[in-house]
Amino acid sequence: MLEFTVRRLTALAATLVVAAMIVFLVMEVLPGDPAEVMLGLNAQPDTLAALRAQMGLDRPAPERFVSWILAFLSGDLGISYTYDVPVSELIGERMVVTLPLALMAILISTLIALPSGVLSAMFRGRPADTIIMGIAQLGVAVPNFWFAILLILLFAVTLGWTSAGGFPGFEDGILPALGSLLLPAIALALPQAAILARVTRSSVIDVLGEDYIRTARAKGLPGGTVIWRHAVRNALAAPLTIMGLQFSFLLAGTVIIENVFYLPGLGRLMFQAIAQRDLIVVKDIVVLLVAIVITVNFIVDILYAWADPRLRQGGGNV
Amino acid sequence: MSDIATIGSIRQRTGFWRRAIRHPGFLIGGAISLSVLLIAALALIWTPYPVTVLNIAEKLSAASIAHPLGTDHFGRDILSMLMVGAGNSVAVGLVAVGLGIGLGGPLGLLSAMRPGLISEAVMRASDLAFAFPALLTAVMITAIYGPGTMNSIIAIGIFNVPVFARLTRGVSLSVWEMEYVTAARAVGVPPLQIALRHMLPNIASPLIVQATIQFALAILAEAGLSYLGLGTQPPQPSWGKMLHEAQTMLYFAPMLAILPGICIAVTVLGLNLLGDGLRDLLDPKLRRAAKLPKT
Repeated sequence: MLEFTVRRLTALAATLVVAAMIVFLVMEVLPGDPAEVMLGLNAQPDTLAALRAQMGLDRPAPERFVSWILAFLSGDLGISYTYDVPVSELIGERMVVTLPLALMAILISTLIALPSGVLSAMFRGRPADTIIMGIAQLGVAVPNFWFAILLILLFAVTLGWTSAGGFPGFEDGILPALGSLLLPAIALALPQAAILARVTRSSVIDVLGEDYIRTARAKGLPGGTVIWRHAVRNALAAPLTIMGLQFSFLLAGTVIIENVFYLPGLGRLMFQAIAQRDLIVVKDIVVLLVAIVITVNFIVDILYAWADPRLRQGGGNV
Repeated sequence: MSDIATIGSIRQRTGFWRRAIRHPGFLIGGAISLSVLLIAALALIWTPYPVTVLNIAEKLSAASIAHPLGTDHFGRDILSMLMVGAGNSVAVGLVAVGLGIGLGGPLGLLSAMRPGLISEAVMRASDLAFAFPALLTAVMITAIYGPGTMNSIIAIGIFNVPVFARLTRGVSLSVWEMEYVTAARAVGVPPLQIALRHMLPNIASPLIVQATIQFALAILAEAGLSYLGLGTQPPQPSWGKMLHEAQTMLYFAPMLAILPGICIAVTVLGLNLLGDGLRDLLDPKLRRAAKLPKT
């Protein structure tokens, strides 16, 4: 296990470096002069020169890359050109919204998907299975931002139970703040829950065909015990992997959902930074999100190998 | 020998269609997908009204015989806009999937036929690409090169390349070890000919299934980008852009936000049903499993 973890850690570090390199290439090298991209063609020469100096564009690209990575690792993400504050400060403020939103979405998605997937597998081929899988099929097809608009239409416009968007902040209490994240989290969770329910169903069906399940049934264990203690526990590996992969889609999804609900999160910050052509902020957020995705997948790999020793030998390369 | 092969191929095809007409998911998905394709093709040559001409006098009018789905805040015919939106979505899906198969397919085949450095590079590159969700890649590209349909297609298509490379490699590996391929290699058939004549027909099924899934994902991604204002630009209508514009009018014109969403959801549902159906019909293992008694 230790050897496997070290191997995966090395791969993680290499992937992180290459990912950062790609972002750097796309954002700083390919455009030619990023300062010109940020300020536009009509920029004053002295403003351009000042920005070039701030971004260190007079130095060669490899040197800039290394100093950017080193600064990034020490928490210095540079100064936002638009807001004129450290990017780390901006990200920290916005993380307070995005992180609870993402965690709530994962929680809601799991709470919907696991029981539905297991129920569907238990009643395979019966009406309950058809209904659950029909809803899941629909859930995969519905874009999360449209579902978000429908939620606003129902709960804010028609019923008037909640506001159509915005975030009150945590200063007025945790509950109102989390309450304002509930609809966005549901909108974000729905497509993920639909996919996860389908994976859980097929994984549980596979396990239900195993000999040890037949043995457990033959020795007279109650149906619920067989399903929840023996089948579900062993069928969780595949849904866990999918949850890891879904995390990247979830983070990308926050970019849209935060815009639908006007939430001051990381996704909206990135969107605003694009509109203002603040490449310094965009670059840092993209690298941060990519690093989070890679790290989450690494953790899932490790958990998966811990649960299934066969994977440790092959290095986990499926 | 070739007669036997032809008869076998005809039998396979008739068997496929016989099973297909009894597969409700495939039929519904196929009908939806075909309808969207036809509407998209029709929109290229005809729409009830031009979509770039504003008619403020008729803004936000209700459904009528003249405008079966009403008009938007600029007085444009919603039905015409949805038709052009279908064309836009189909075009994005086709190009993005084409880019994925066109680049990813050969890369995957090459890495299966030449294990070692190329294979390892393809696997690691695809690992890496999975860390960049399509939307994030698109956001990054549009941040530099500006918003637009072409940039969003490229961003979505780039994400498809590793998906198809990995899939093609996976299915090609087993075909590469088959006896008939070994025989072809032994008698000196050039690798390109082996790939095109012997391997491609045998790996086409999973690629077709994946293509329908990626097509649906591309439509969703494009709609998301257009919603953010990073995809298709005005005056060209797109379903995502229509949703964005409708959001500010939810209180007095909610249908404007409902119709484009239905179009996206139904199209994606149709493609997913078609993909699931094709997988059931083309994968012999699934066909056998379907015949087994249910547990």
